[in-house]
Amino acid sequence: MTNLAQIPAHIPDEWLLDHAAGATPEPVAVLVEAHLALSAPARATYARLAAVGGVLLEQQAPADVAPDALARLMARIEANPAPVRAAAPAAAGLLPASLSAYTGPSIENLAWRRIVRGVEQATLKLGGPSPYELSLLRIAAGKSIPQHTHEGDELLLVLAGSFEDGRAGYARGDVCAADASVDHAPVADRATDCLCLHVANAPIKLTGPFGRLLNPLLKLARR
Amino acid sequence: MILVNRAKTPDRRPGRANVALDALAPFLNRSIQGAMANDTDPPPQEAPAPEAPTLESLVRDLGAVAKRQDRAAFARLFAHFAPRVKGYLMRLGAERAQADDLMQDVMLTVWRKAPGYDPQMASPATWIFAIARNRRIDALRRDKRADLDPDDPGLMPDADALPDRVLDARMWETRLAGAIADLPPEQAQMLRLAYYEDRSHGDIATSLRLPLGTVKSRLRLAVARLRTMFESDT
Repeated sequence: MTNLAQIPAHIPDEWLLDHAAGATPEPVAVLVEAHLALSAPARATYARLAAVGGVLLEQQAPADVAPDALARLMARIEANPAPVRAAAPAAAGLLPASLSAYTGPSIENLAWRRIVRGVEQATLKLGGPSPYELSLLRIAAGKSIPQHTHEGDELLLVLAGSFEDGRAGYARGDVCAADASVDHAPVADRATDCLCLHVANAPIKLTGPFGRLLNPLLKLARR
Repeated sequence: MILVNRAKTPDRRPGRANVALDALAPFLNRSIQGAMANDTDPPPQEAPAPEAPTLESLVRDLGAVAKRQDRAAFARLFAHFAPRVKGYLMRLGAERAQADDLMQDVMLTVWRKAPGYDPQMASPATWIFAIARNRRIDALRRDKRADLDPDDPGLMPDADALPDRVLDARMWETRLAGAIADLPPEQAQMLRLAYYEDRSHGDIATSLRLPLGTVKSRLRLAVARLRTMFESDT
């Protein structure tokens, strides 16, 4: 099994590559876009992987295009020829713009539910069905998610505050990637609440001495 | 080094793009054979050498569309990219008519968003690939609230980039073509499945009956190799 612990605070390359290729399920795409908005190193890697798409498009065997295709398109364009001036990229607020479409204007209006003491989760509505669940996770200052491992893939993007999980510390813009090879207990910084975007395709499995008893009660993701 | 000092940016001779394309040929033959095993796409055509646009001419044309709404420049971009965008969409399973509609939307977006194109961030092909990819994903989604930003936030100008260390994405792509061509077959296969067959790394593991960890390792090795190619001799 690949050792995720080698690169703990960044999203592993395979997720960026999925996204550059257009193969990410919606919830993962939302998280990756938010990560890209907040992390310059991730953008640098992503730009490279996006360029793979450009190289492959250049080499794509051309398909036949109808002789009047350009004329039809120009007719649409002439109806409204002004190009759209690109807005200067806005500094990301608490939530990157791509994420606000899923949360609405205020995260306080979401349906938060308590997972364990100090940890709340609000599931976000998706555009279509997906094996992954997308949610916000709020860990109160100094509180933790009990020691657990994973039956699938989990990505946790820090939006505010910070946490550490014994492998590394994670601040705004960092991603904690975990799978069955990772057994951890994220603990929020003592000074501030930690807000994260969470994507997972399987429930977590508690591994601490008392946690095992709680397994049936705790669901960080359906399925 | 992935950031390239502007002073070291190489010359802009016409034809640099063609060097890149030639270097990619071995990979493409391999990938096309693989992807074509049971589909009906026409065989790849040799690029018509004399009038083939160069990377520089494409960048210039896109700039002319942005600044002057230059119809002739747009027609050249359309002639080059529309058949490729349509081919890409059909490779990913779109019916001919649907591929036509989507291609029209993609090229309309190229016209409208041309002022947002930044040649320091991506080649025209990379920028248009991102538009095509996002339009395709949006079309597959039932709920429009999830529409992706056609500008692709990942390719927006980087406010943090130092002015004298701007990345020249165009130079990358010349190298990238060579780097892809040099990937071991099992790593090239991973890229092919992702970009041409729309498979996430999880899907690749399932369809090839490989452990997920093996797929992740191969993809990371491929990305690491591409990274090494960029960083050597800069």
